[in-house]
Amino acid sequence: MSYRYNIGCSLSNLKGIREFIRTSLKDHDIPELELSAIILAIDEMCSNLMIHAHHCNPDHHIELRILEPHAGELVFEIIDDGNVFDINKFSEPNVDNLVHEKRKGGLGIRLVKSIMDKVEYINRDGKNVCVLTKGI
Amino acid sequence: MVQIKRLQEDGIDTLAIIGEIDASSSIELDLSIAKSVGEGYKKILVDCGSLEYISSAGLGVFMSYIEEFSDKGICMVMFGLNEKVANNFSILGLSDLLHIRATKEEAKQLINELSI
Repeated sequence: MSYRYNIGCSLSNLKGIREFIRTSLKDHDIPELELSAIILAIDEMCSNLMIHAHHCNPDHHIELRILEPHAGELVFEIIDDGNVFDINKFSEPNVDNLVHEKRKGGLGIRLVKSIMDKVEYINRDGKNVCVLTKGI
Repeated sequence: MVQIKRLQEDGIDTLAIIGEIDASSSIELDLSIAKSVGEGYKKILVDCGSLEYISSAGLGVFMSYIEEFSDKGICMVMFGLNEKVANNFSILGLSDLLHIRATKEEAKQLINELSI
């Protein structure tokens, strides 16, 4: 069984995304700290996509799918039809540099790469699919 | 959704964060810290006892003030972080860049030591 959630690209919907993941995975015995980190990573990916690919237009939609956990792997898919925002093409900023430059952004990509094991992008039926994998 | 309450006591401005800070609400945190700095406070305590969640948007706000605080001789100490929130700070190594203590008493002690 997989879980699906459709969201308009408004940052006020991020809370709903976090609740959706927590509710969907509540019976899968994932340690609380690990689940919270996974929720953080997906929040970061969705907010990045909403801001950079959809300019927070609530009429644009993204879909989040959580595939049935299998063989100790948890797989998330984030599907949209905007411009691809591939985090693998961005270098992880050095934290010291961010402090020095007083920059507020740039930490999200670092968080996602630290938390998830794999972030891949594919095209399926003309849509962008970002596939995030995490061993549990 | 986040609410930030400010309380001034013994020259210390305490910001109590209640709720969740994500990309939609981090501006509230930024405005509260900016206000405290603008009013000239040199000692800022951040009460995270009711902070339920923080994403990179909120972490980035704290980080963006590190240099300014150092330039202006402002001390900020955070306390009361729950395990999940503390974990988000440590994933990025921010625990080493910010002053974080378990309790309000410890945080007050540190802020007074740092301000001497």
